[in-house]
Amino acid sequence: MRKFRYTAALLASAALVLAACGSDETDSSGTTGAPETTAGSETTAGSETTSGSETTAGGEVDYMWTPNADLLANAEGAVNFVAWAGYAEDGSTDPAYDWVTPFETLTSCEVNVKNGATSDEMVQLMQSGEYDGVSASGDATTRLILGDEVVEIDTAEFSSYADIFEQLKLQPWNSVDGTPYGIPHGRGANLLVYNTEAFADAAPDSWSVMFEPGSAADGAISVYDSPIYIADAALYLMATQPDLGITDPYALDQTQFDAAIALLTAQQDLASQYWALYTDQQASLEAGDVLAGTTWQVIVNLALANGAKIDAVKPVEGATGWSDTWMLSSKAKNPNCMKLWMDWIASPWANSQVAVWFGEAPSNAKSCELDGMAEHCETFHASDDDYWTDVWYWTTATEECRDGRTDVACVPYTEWVNAWTALRS
Amino acid sequence: MGECLDRTPLLTEVDLTDGRAGEPSRLVRGVNRSFHGKRGLGVASTLGLPLTWMLFVYVGSLLLLVVSAFYQLDPITQKPSDELTWDNLIAAFNVFDPDVRDTIWVLVRTVGVALTVTVLCFLIALPVSFFIAKVAPKWIRRGLVVALLLPLWAGYLVKGYAWRAMVAPSGGKFAADGKGAGGFLDATFGWTPGYGRVAIVITLVYFWLPYMVLPIYAGLDRMPPSLVDAAGDLGARPFRTFKDVIFPLLKPAIAAGSIFTFSLTLGDYIVPQMVNNGKEKFMFGTLINSTLGAPNQPLAAAYTLWPLLIVVLYLIAMKRMGAFENL
Repeated sequence: MRKFRYTAALLASAALVLAACGSDETDSSGTTGAPETTAGSETTAGSETTSGSETTAGGEVDYMWTPNADLLANAEGAVNFVAWAGYAEDGSTDPAYDWVTPFETLTSCEVNVKNGATSDEMVQLMQSGEYDGVSASGDATTRLILGDEVVEIDTAEFSSYADIFEQLKLQPWNSVDGTPYGIPHGRGANLLVYNTEAFADAAPDSWSVMFEPGSAADGAISVYDSPIYIADAALYLMATQPDLGITDPYALDQTQFDAAIALLTAQQDLASQYWALYTDQQASLEAGDVLAGTTWQVIVNLALANGAKIDAVKPVEGATGWSDTWMLSSKAKNPNCMKLWMDWIASPWANSQVAVWFGEAPSNAKSCELDGMAEHCETFHASDDDYWTDVWYWTTATEECRDGRTDVACVPYTEWVNAWTALRS
Repeated sequence: MGECLDRTPLLTEVDLTDGRAGEPSRLVRGVNRSFHGKRGLGVASTLGLPLTWMLFVYVGSLLLLVVSAFYQLDPITQKPSDELTWDNLIAAFNVFDPDVRDTIWVLVRTVGVALTVTVLCFLIALPVSFFIAKVAPKWIRRGLVVALLLPLWAGYLVKGYAWRAMVAPSGGKFAADGKGAGGFLDATFGWTPGYGRVAIVITLVYFWLPYMVLPIYAGLDRMPPSLVDAAGDLGARPFRTFKDVIFPLLKPAIAAGSIFTFSLTLGDYIVPQMVNNGKEKFMFGTLINSTLGAPNQPLAAAYTLWPLLIVVLYLIAMKRMGAFENL
């Protein structure tokens, strides 16, 4: 009898220790760049890529940024923000890419990054009120602005704002009635990645690899695990089933929406992976158990550095994509450091670094004038408006159809979430 | 982990002796005297603080969970508002709705996994604890029990990632150089379950096994060896001895252990994501986690009432088996 009580007590205390220590591990938001989520695989730390930035080779680097003196004088000493993986590199993934340490040196603001895997997760994190700011894509910004999670900014406080590409300023997803709600970060397109050996005969140039059976990647495709992916199916239907009359993948009436869901249901037989954490997809691309998938350029770069036999392409149907905005939380405890960061990340040097690392078009026009950046800006069409006409930036679906139709109601994003959950359960 | 080791000095380490060894100080004597003859005060001051903590932090947060299941979600900003609604509970519990049936199917699948893990833990724990309690020489017993407990002191995530690496399937001919090799299981045995439900079950069995071994070991340990001898003397074969003598006495211990394995599996949402490539369908914990991240906090709160209900039912069933008689 006593023995049992003894062991029960032992168990209980063990459970307590586990609980107390477990929370430390799962809730740490202290490290920069490290993927700190609950599911995942090998981290990318120490990847052996040598392709460095052009500015680190010896001597002083001109960061091309003058911090706002008022903000600097009142800097809080730390800043906590939510960001996409790869938006705040401190050199721990690749020593050649470090734009966090210079910022910390220049401002004495210690940077703490919480990576968000999806826009939904970012909205949830911002609702907690514990972060000073966020790098929000267009499908998060609307919710954040309407939910009063973020505040408008005074562009006079940001020296970088003047050099931002005009076509990124005051867009529907980052402003309200001509008032900016953040600093544009850059934009990119979701790409089709494929294994170059599996597709040795003919490189794919269509999303059909993702949706039609019989390709070389049948049964081994990798799908982004977020409700926003429904738009990718709609985009494909826009090209392949014109009868449905889809003109905007984020403005779907019930019929169009059901067709997209049907396509995604059929896609499950082709898929071997649904990824939310970028390192999961990276590992699968390297291991070769994923042969095609929807991806970000940064994942392709990381996997290539580890020897993966892959390439990526923007398919003929166009692509979904993002145009991201750094926003300031309405409950920011470190607003000055956050504003300094927002100004820094949009300044020519830092912006060029993140654009190269993540594989996207920079938002600062002067980034393209830096040494070696002309080619990057060419590749990513930083100032080429035509390129972006078939890139559909992530945005929040609303009942009011974005494509101007008034005779039907469109399926709102909450329904997208429900449909995606049902699909995945 | 570091913070766990920091601790404030215990009361015993504070000098209460006024410098005179052995004699309590005047202060201590005064405090002691004020408690004399007031039993209620003594009980209140001993249990008051823990009980208050329990009430506010534990029961309070549970109540908050139930209350927040009634909050209405703003469809655009996805923030819960103070307006109350039955919608979330209907969306979680209305079994006549085909969409809700999907949810219930997830629940059934999850309970199936939880029962499988429990049965496997029992099948492994029984011979192991029998060996430790009845067969192994006395001097080695304590060491074996500690060895079984050791994994509990390793980080959850560390163990999870270790299993993810171990069950990794081999990648095939399109892998990067040196990257396609499978994990430990594949390399050693030429077989791995790969990512998916089998890997989830195996990993969870590993995680929760100590919680099953300990109660069964304790139950066997306090069982007099004379009972087994007597059964043998009366002609019972080993199986009969187990069925009619050992098992009935062990039932409460098994029930107690199964409460741990069952409820811990039912609520787990991290392992089902770790040893999985997203291809395996949701477990119920994953569904709740994903709903919370949607973000749809009220619906997630409504969903949590399902496992709560099931665990309560399970506890009642285990109480009937006598799981709490020895506590």
